[in-house]
Amino acid sequence: MQRYLLRRILLAMVTLLAVSLIIFVMSRAAGDPRHVYLDDYSTQEDWDRLTATLGLDKPYYQQYGIFLGSALRGDFGQSIKEGRPSMEVIVERIPATLQLGLAAFAFSVIVGVPLGILSAVKRGSFLDMAGKVVALVGQSAPVFWLGLMLVFLFAVRWNDWFGDSLVPPYGRQEISSIILPAVTLGWFYAAANLRLLRSAMLNVLDSEYVKLARAKGVSNNIVIWKHSLRNALIPVLTFAGITLGSLVTGSLVVETVFAWPGLGQLAIQALAGNDYPLLQAVVIVFTLMYVAAALSVDIMYAYIDPRIRYS
Amino acid sequence: MTTSTTENTAPVVLEVDGLKTYFETRWGTVKAVDGVSFNLRRGETLGIVGESGSGKSVTMLSLMRLIPEPPGRIVDGQILLEGQDLVQMNDKEMSEIRGSQIALIIQDPMTSLNPVFSIGNQVGEAIKIHQDIPKRTVVQQVLNVLRKVNIPAAETRVRDYPHQMSGGMRQRVVGAIGISCEPIVLIADEPTTSLDVTIQAQYLKLLKELQEASNIGLIFITHDFGIVAKMCDRVAVMYAGRIVEMGDVRDIFNHPSHPYTEALLASVPKLEEDVDRLYSIEGQPPTLHDLPTGCPFAPRCQYVMDKCLETYPLQFDVTDSHYAACWRLE
Amino acid sequence: MAADATLVVQQPAVPARIARKLWQFRRWPLIPMFFLVLFVFTGIFAPLIAPHDPERGGLRDRNLPPAWEEGGSSEFLLGTDHLGRDMLSRVIFGARISLAVAGVTLGVGMVIGVASGLIAGWYGGWLDEFLMRIVDIKLAIPTILLALVLVLALGQSFLIIVAILAIAVWPRFARNVRGEVLQLKTMDFVALAKVAGASTPRILFIHIFPGVINTLIVLATLEVGIVILLESTLSFLGAGVPPPTPAWGSMVSDGRDRLAVAWWISTMPGLAIMLVVLSMNLFGDWLRDRLDPRLRQLN
Repeated sequence: MQRYLLRRILLAMVTLLAVSLIIFVMSRAAGDPRHVYLDDYSTQEDWDRLTATLGLDKPYYQQYGIFLGSALRGDFGQSIKEGRPSMEVIVERIPATLQLGLAAFAFSVIVGVPLGILSAVKRGSFLDMAGKVVALVGQSAPVFWLGLMLVFLFAVRWNDWFGDSLVPPYGRQEISSIILPAVTLGWFYAAANLRLLRSAMLNVLDSEYVKLARAKGVSNNIVIWKHSLRNALIPVLTFAGITLGSLVTGSLVVETVFAWPGLGQLAIQALAGNDYPLLQAVVIVFTLMYVAAALSVDIMYAYIDPRIRYS
Repeated sequence: MTTSTTENTAPVVLEVDGLKTYFETRWGTVKAVDGVSFNLRRGETLGIVGESGSGKSVTMLSLMRLIPEPPGRIVDGQILLEGQDLVQMNDKEMSEIRGSQIALIIQDPMTSLNPVFSIGNQVGEAIKIHQDIPKRTVVQQVLNVLRKVNIPAAETRVRDYPHQMSGGMRQRVVGAIGISCEPIVLIADEPTTSLDVTIQAQYLKLLKELQEASNIGLIFITHDFGIVAKMCDRVAVMYAGRIVEMGDVRDIFNHPSHPYTEALLASVPKLEEDVDRLYSIEGQPPTLHDLPTGCPFAPRCQYVMDKCLETYPLQFDVTDSHYAACWRLE
Repeated sequence: MAADATLVVQQPAVPARIARKLWQFRRWPLIPMFFLVLFVFTGIFAPLIAPHDPERGGLRDRNLPPAWEEGGSSEFLLGTDHLGRDMLSRVIFGARISLAVAGVTLGVGMVIGVASGLIAGWYGGWLDEFLMRIVDIKLAIPTILLALVLVLALGQSFLIIVAILAIAVWPRFARNVRGEVLQLKTMDFVALAKVAGASTPRILFIHIFPGVINTLIVLATLEVGIVILLESTLSFLGAGVPPPTPAWGSMVSDGRDRLAVAWWISTMPGLAIMLVVLSMNLFGDWLRDRLDPRLRQLN
């Protein structure tokens, strides 16, 4: 167990290091990094000061050291567009992104898990068919398009029925604003959960230990919800660990589509405004969030599967 | 071989009469069990022998009412456990009986325990379901049962998970689950196939002792006549969903009356004989959705007669307690 | 009995024979296969098929609806966009971009993945450990984030997009090929080849590689969908193949602010993406079940 966790934590740290290295290399590969911050109107003094802060007169490995040092302090330099420290801009945006991520996660669990279980238990039923459609659309439709289609349907086509306030298509002014973005972002995950859980449940329900549990006189409901679900969740969690990345990717897209003022939207704004200092900070923070989420999935995994806990 | 009482006068606890279990598949109706009748007395061990696909496992699942429905269904027959017909019971009544009055020990100890629950949890579950007793007593009972199946250091072992135990130990845990509520009838479905020989012998001995101690009616499902000889009082030989021969173990071994039984016995390697050729039965067991009229064994039978191809053989008594379904006995 | 009568087997009539032949294909994913063939075909022959120039439009023809809607014209079957460009032609040319990106990416990613998978699996030891940790790290970094950094630093171009996507796909190939090699390595025919004095490259390519081809085909079909989705997402975010090249993702983005007036601008290219990815997934699932049921856990 300890070895398992240690390995995971180590991997998380190496991942962060790798991302920082990529960002550093790219900032140098793009040309003189000073051009990013300074323009023709800057004085020689400005140039010299920046040279010293970035350590441009030193060898590359020392420059990386300086970069890493300030990154650890949360200092990623000034955002060009905003004219204030990148970290400051980011901190304001974190709550919105977390809120959306959690809502999407909740949606994917609320839809994906029961539908996955039921379509395994009642194989071939109407519910199973419906689940199949949800899963196929979720895995094939691009997230950005799905979002736009939902906006089109709810805000344009069916506007007469829903009105503007029930499911507002843009911004984050009202509580109900989160519905459309969360559904869009959660759909892919719901589909993946559904598919995985269905096939895992089918395997488990067919297993000898479920047969034995039934032979003990355990009722059908307890067989499904206690004996089977816990085993079936193992592959689902593995998947969650591997593809949490798509939640990050998705939030970039969904926040852009729905004008949701979070980190994802910020990243795209930084891209559009050539704001490298801001983008690098967003990327680091995103990776940090992602790595932390993956790590907590690993811990949960160990909790559910005793074979990992005790080895 | 057991020195059991040849004349068993104990009360009958399980009576199966004309049991038919069919499966609806894409290729048609599979008659997995097609009219099986037998009875079991208290303290008696009945062996059910046959190749895979002969219907012995489906018989076992039917007795537990664990046939997956659909596609399977018990279409006809009675299963009387101390006079109550299990076929007529609803799910709730049945789950009260399962595990408490009729219990099961499953084939493969490596896969029959749930990997995510501790041993104590899994043994205790049956006790908790069937007996209304406080938690402390459940723990005590679990320990008792584990000791009964000779698990050393049961106090510490209860907290273990299946993957921390050896195959032999796990098999004992499965056995412990089977006897935990002191059932009247215990069904053991090839409980030793994946164990090595010494552990297998130990386990069989233990099972025999447990059975004698609580006077359980034991049904032993296997394809191994060697085990039958060691464990059973009576044997039923199954082929293509029906019992083709049934009788006392000694009668069957000494006078096999159905050609299939004969062939099965001939295929058991014997130590004292010179084994330069292993006997095997020619041909494949029939596919159950497309049974020929007449005797299903006829295509593989060395004594086949015209009549065998036309009508299914009647049962003929060899002795009072021994019958076989073969036209040669007519 | 009836045995004599059945000896004369009647030849079924011709229509029945054809019906039987067709019946064999009933489990084939015919509809997905049709769409995939269509996708590849339009991608390759786009200039010959497209009725209009995808990059030139007339201001008079702006925001025309599809032919079946009120006000649509049969000249522009799927309508026109905000610059008066023919949607159908743009969707057809978009297929070309997606096809090219997916093809090149998969080719590059597969070569890198297979090579490192073969090496890691065959040599084992620190080399294996090293390569597999790189795979772990790569799988732990969200591709899109990496893409944004690279695009902002190095600029937008077809080459950079392909490079980014190739980086995204190779780890999966590497990991699966490595797993296969570990199994194949212990087989007798490999030992025999060694005894016969075959060189390592020879063993790897003549004896091991054919064993992983099934896995590769299945994996590749499943990855195509992922690559197309990634590419279109990058295009949508403005980090894809640079405009005015008509990529499906950027076309959806064009229609974003015009949903109320011209819903078809976003809908049509998105539908095309979904159709291709859906077909690819269904085809891949079928292929996996046929070629390599062990891969069922994948995806």
